[in-house]
Amino acid sequence: MTGKTEIRNINQRKVPFRIWFKRVGWKHLVTWGVIAYAVFPLLYVFSGSLNVGGTLTGSNALFQNLGIQNYIDLFNDPYRPFAYWFRNTVVISIAASVGSVFLSALAAYAFSRLRFAGRRAGLLTLILVQMFPQLLGLVAIYALLVVIGDIFPILGIGSMLGLIMVYMGGALGVNTYLMYGFFNTIPKELDEAATIDGAGHAQIFFGIILRLSAPILAVIALLSFIATSSDFVLASIILTQPETQTLAVGLYQYVSDKFSQNWTVFAAGAVLAAIPVIVLFVFLQRFIVSGLTGGAVKG
Amino acid sequence: MKRNLKKERSPIERADNAPTLSTWIVKILLLGILDALALFSVFVLLQAGDYILMAVVIAVTLALNWIYLRRGSLPAKYLAPGLVFMAIFQIFVVIYSGYVAFTNYGTSHNSTKEDALHAMMLNGQTRVPEAPVYGLSVLVDEEETLHFLATLSDETTDARVFVGSEDEPLAEVFEYELNTRGIANSTPGYQTLSFAELVQRQDELLAMKVFLTDEIDSNFLMTPDGSQAVVFQPRLEYDAERDTITRISDGKVFFDVGEGIFTAADGEVIRPGWREFVGFDNFIRAITNEGIRQPLFYVLTWNFAFAILSVLSTFIVGLALALMLNDPKIRGQKFYRAAMILPYAFPAFLSAFVFQALYNQEYGWINNILLGGADIPWLNDIWWSKLAILLLNLWLGFPYMFLITTGALQSIPEELTESAKIDGASAWQVLMQVKLPMLMVTVAPLLIASFAFNFNNFAVIYLLTRGGPTDFDAEIPVGYTDILLSMVYKIAFSTGEGRDFGLASAFSILIFFIIATVSYFSFRRTKTLEDVN
Repeated sequence: MTGKTEIRNINQRKVPFRIWFKRVGWKHLVTWGVIAYAVFPLLYVFSGSLNVGGTLTGSNALFQNLGIQNYIDLFNDPYRPFAYWFRNTVVISIAASVGSVFLSALAAYAFSRLRFAGRRAGLLTLILVQMFPQLLGLVAIYALLVVIGDIFPILGIGSMLGLIMVYMGGALGVNTYLMYGFFNTIPKELDEAATIDGAGHAQIFFGIILRLSAPILAVIALLSFIATSSDFVLASIILTQPETQTLAVGLYQYVSDKFSQNWTVFAAGAVLAAIPVIVLFVFLQRFIVSGLTGGAVKG
Repeated sequence: MKRNLKKERSPIERADNAPTLSTWIVKILLLGILDALALFSVFVLLQAGDYILMAVVIAVTLALNWIYLRRGSLPAKYLAPGLVFMAIFQIFVVIYSGYVAFTNYGTSHNSTKEDALHAMMLNGQTRVPEAPVYGLSVLVDEEETLHFLATLSDETTDARVFVGSEDEPLAEVFEYELNTRGIANSTPGYQTLSFAELVQRQDELLAMKVFLTDEIDSNFLMTPDGSQAVVFQPRLEYDAERDTITRISDGKVFFDVGEGIFTAADGEVIRPGWREFVGFDNFIRAITNEGIRQPLFYVLTWNFAFAILSVLSTFIVGLALALMLNDPKIRGQKFYRAAMILPYAFPAFLSAFVFQALYNQEYGWINNILLGGADIPWLNDIWWSKLAILLLNLWLGFPYMFLITTGALQSIPEELTESAKIDGASAWQVLMQVKLPMLMVTVAPLLIASFAFNFNNFAVIYLLTRGGPTDFDAEIPVGYTDILLSMVYKIAFSTGEGRDFGLASAFSILIFFIIATVSYFSFRRTKTLEDVN
């Protein structure tokens, strides 16, 4: 591989610049232009977060007055409890994604390993149902949580647990289908061997299926974590108190209230909120790319 | 049929080995918790008189117990948890929204007729001139709820003593102790409040209303000072038989005309209203009312334009980049890809906020630096804001398209393009007649999915422009860049104007049918269905 590149290098050097540019060079130029477009907003928010005492105008010149004061201010605003938002987002997203992956895995196991009437219809329903986003039931979700909250205040409007439940309601869907496909690739002979050794269905599920598919389950859980952590709509109608809100809902308040003055503090919050997601993303990149071509949806 | 199924059974089902002890313990524990919660909610629902919901809770709980306690029925054991959640929070809510669309549910119609009547009666009151004044002591019960202990006495007869609270009308009691002024100050089962406690709860006390009888328009007692209670009369009188309300001051009669609010012959209404089934009213209103039809029309148009243009712009840019970079002669591909993926990795809601800053008309980077002091109203003009949204969505979406088209291009066999070239096809012809058709086979379903996603891409719209600039001529809270979903959200949950859940749900149904149509056509195109079968 390395050898090949070197040979190509030597060849390229021999070609006059004008021809090199016409063939390949312009592509580099265009690509750098695109990268500037792609990366600039991120640099802009990062530089804003380090701009001490700046406003929106002051942040137009990148990387001036560097300091970490904005990050300190961010955590010391009693009306905008950023630390709570961060914690809530992590807690809610982990609970919802682990919960829904577990529910999905249970269902996928049934579809993959058990035979029952209505199995095919069930698989079809899964595909159909996930075409209709939960958001269509926005009003009803609100009304339902009001009713549930009358019985169990801990699950009603304003409760994180209630929101987690709502997210878990969207669990069966495209994820189940992906897992179903993966479980099918685990050889059935393993089940057979286990049953002969006396293992029950639950032992096979937890001991064989879940263990063998742990990596893919982790990837699906992380993707669902990313999706859940950026939800605004459901979180904004269900979480009413600042202390229970998530990053998406909380940071929205910065934007709706004197944005240009609060910009640098907001930028600090945005950087901190984005870092975990970007790290996860880079880490998961190759799974995501293959998942995309497999039919997952975003953007 | 049965025999057929048996034949197909998997090894797990055939063996059906007995569960281990630990499995049983976990099972019993979880079911126990579930049953305890269910029992609790049954009691609460019983108290609230909500029998339908109670029956549902009982039925579901029994079904779950039956599924997990008996042997066999393995599929149900594994499907039940997910199905319960899906049934409640995905299927039920969409159906229920469908029902709400046919009601007038909203801020001023959010409860039952009975609750509404109560609220009306309490809203205004006048003192009854000739009524006696009661001597008063204030009590609390075990739950610390305030009660009136009212004594009615005059010189000629013995005192009569009554107890009542906000929830229970006055009832006579016969065991009590009188103080020196001849007013009852304690009765068994209640604690008399001390003066200090009274002062502490005085706001609550002064707002308290205790009805004399349990009729809906009954007179009620209120206290100005905690030692006397005065009889008040509601300003309205309810006639249960004719189901009308009469305003006592001028004798005007209000009728229940089936619209969830008492209405007089001249159209005057008494608030609050209550939830009522209104049939197709919301839909008819959306079509006939100019202040709603107009917005609905441009929102729909923009919704489609936004979704289509978003898919097209991201696809074209992504494809162009993929074609350009799909060339082994270019070095540094890995780095280029990693850098271009960044917008896709950045949380979408944050991107909307960051772009809001970049687009800021006075201070934003785009106007001030990039365009050298231009004054473009990026977020405050009908057309500029649409462009702003599309540019943001292009930024967010092109990496995705770049990724999928690169993947698809690399799977096209090289021999195909080579042989086309040998046959004398120009680069453009190779692209249009060989590469693109091959590409579309894999990419088309993803484009349709991307359309469906963007059709409801709430975050990009609402978090960037909040749907604005606002349309002040409309009768609903709506702006010129709203899509259906953000309009639904604003109608249902914006503060300020009244929330109108009925109309919002009616629009949800509209979205439902649009998605259903799109899905139907995409299903016909893709092979997903065939794969399953």
